[in-house]
Amino acid sequence: MSILLILEQVLNGLQFGVMLFLMAAGLTLVFGVMGLINLAHGALYMVGAFAAAAVAGLTGSFLLALVASLAAAAAAGAIVEVAVIRRLYDRDHLDQVLATFALILIFSEGTRWIFGSFPLFLDVPDYLSGPVSLPGGIEYPLYRLTIIAIGLVVAAALFWLIARTRIGIQIRAGEADREMIAALGVDISKLYTLVFALGAALAGLAGALVGAIQSVQVGMGEPVLILAFVVIVIGGIGSIKGALVGAVLVGLTDTLGKVFLPQFFGLFLEPASATSVGASLASMLIYILMALVLLVRPSGLYGGST
Amino acid sequence: MKAIKTLALATAVSALAMAAQADTKIGMITTLSGGGAGLGVDVRDGFMLAIEKAGRDDIEVVIEDDQRKPETAVQLADQMIQSEKVDIMTGIIWSNLAMAVVPAATAQGVFYLSPNAGPSALAGKRCHENYFNVAWQNDNLHEAAGAYASAEGFKNTFILAPNYPAGKDALTGYKRMYKGDLAGEIYTKLGQTDYAAEIAQIRASGADSVFFFLPGGMGISFLKQYADSGVDLPVVGPAFSFDQGILQAVGAAALGVKNTSQWNKDLDNAANAEFVAGFQEKYGRLPSLYASQGYDTANLILSALEKADVSDKDAFRAALEAAEFASVRGEFKFGPNHHPIQNIYVREVIKEGEVFTNKIIATGLEMRGDAYAAECKM
Repeated sequence: MSILLILEQVLNGLQFGVMLFLMAAGLTLVFGVMGLINLAHGALYMVGAFAAAAVAGLTGSFLLALVASLAAAAAAGAIVEVAVIRRLYDRDHLDQVLATFALILIFSEGTRWIFGSFPLFLDVPDYLSGPVSLPGGIEYPLYRLTIIAIGLVVAAALFWLIARTRIGIQIRAGEADREMIAALGVDISKLYTLVFALGAALAGLAGALVGAIQSVQVGMGEPVLILAFVVIVIGGIGSIKGALVGAVLVGLTDTLGKVFLPQFFGLFLEPASATSVGASLASMLIYILMALVLLVRPSGLYGGST
Repeated sequence: MKAIKTLALATAVSALAMAAQADTKIGMITTLSGGGAGLGVDVRDGFMLAIEKAGRDDIEVVIEDDQRKPETAVQLADQMIQSEKVDIMTGIIWSNLAMAVVPAATAQGVFYLSPNAGPSALAGKRCHENYFNVAWQNDNLHEAAGAYASAEGFKNTFILAPNYPAGKDALTGYKRMYKGDLAGEIYTKLGQTDYAAEIAQIRASGADSVFFFLPGGMGISFLKQYADSGVDLPVVGPAFSFDQGILQAVGAAALGVKNTSQWNKDLDNAANAEFVAGFQEKYGRLPSLYASQGYDTANLILSALEKADVSDKDAFRAALEAAEFASVRGEFKFGPNHHPIQNIYVREVIKEGEVFTNKIIATGLEMRGDAYAAECKM
């Protein structure tokens, strides 16, 4: 195995991690600030992808499609927050899980009702398609590099928003003590709607970006949702920094694990069982990572001590 | 009060009348919601097209959605057999659901005709006299892909499939007919959507071709990412990743790919021409291979009902075995284990006007049965 191939796989892991970060950022904010377990976050990812595919189909513009995904997911998020989620903040986690699971079903069947049962077409725009040559001779798809760049820009913007702006101060205060910030005169319910819509918009953006290289279909959000939960548990609930570090860790572990584990087992097993055992173990790897992190730091890498 | 009683009586009478009229009851359990709904919808639409064309009002079809969950399928099957008293069952798409439902149904004397799933166990050791597969044994299309790869002179193929029973069947089937070496063999995660790591391995492996079995959304993801990666080795796969329902979502990335199927819309026979035109007229879209399988299943049942009543199980079974119906695939007959013996074709993805579709370019395997028939003792 050459160094170049390893580098290429590291890039792949990084790209996967950055995509997971977009999902996990919203999830961790909502969980941290409002104490809400939102299973419907994956549905918002799907909404973003379908909105992007529909707009790209109508206008042919990928940029407009991205804007549409942000707008549609944010709008869906805000509506859901006002109509349903708001009633769940004071309930226990089981009620929240039940209600947001119902939202998944409603979103899935609603999407099928509007768009039909067959996957939609959304492609990488011409100016981003195809591979580029990186220093050292790696041929790497330009679109994946773009995803990495967009993800890093979004991460920087989020850090700035949380650390430097007035809204960021309110979000952090809401996380620490919700009664106190309400007593200080901040409109907490408006803040919650805003945070929820922001998280939804990021999920929608992730759906649209990934939809271009994957399949835009009903139920596409749920597998990613599970990974996003793993990310925020590893990173520490409520921490954007934790979400970023956790997402990159999960992305790298998953990608490198599935490449190298089968080869590792190939050293002392026959090829057929090595691929099979390696593949099975690789799909467990991120959960093993999660267990190890929790063993050492029960509240996650950057979790508060509360 | 009296009015209500009269109404109730009238309803009961009309229900009885309907029950008396429908002497054959068919239960269809298929996937109509969730990720794989496109396949179930196609099977159902193809099936119902044939039933409506026959214009027989003595056949009643009960349709239920299994949501792709084995436990739901088992519940629905129990309900259909015990309270609905169906005579014939059909519809299941997925092999794991078929394994959960079929043995129990056939053991209770119900005929089961599979319009899609063909797990090896049901073709071999656990075959049953009341179980018929109208589609294919799971390995068939992969075997044809292997035969085609050898015929094309590919010597070093990279193969991949998801890590679950049908994925292992797929690679086994391919290797059964493929004569060259393997540049690599990967089992991916079921439901995986990102294939960057696998594509990098393909690029580094020095392979001369790629075979993959990634049904549904997995195949869409793989093909788009493969096309975008700049790797341009020839790709061969079974029809499941190139059927009419998903080709439009893959787009130009699939153009030129060779895939194997027992059916295509350009097969030249009268039954097929009628089917393709009828399906387009009724549903406004091109039929997929799943729709063709549903259509054939219904026509097989209709042909058997012409000859025997379903209550006479032996006569009805013999009529099914004879398979005297005009299949849209052309020549079609059953092997000793009630699985098809049929041609498997090689198709190429092309663009017709604005629509991506397939055309047949060769015959991969002629009148192919399956590898498990010898293990079946009926």
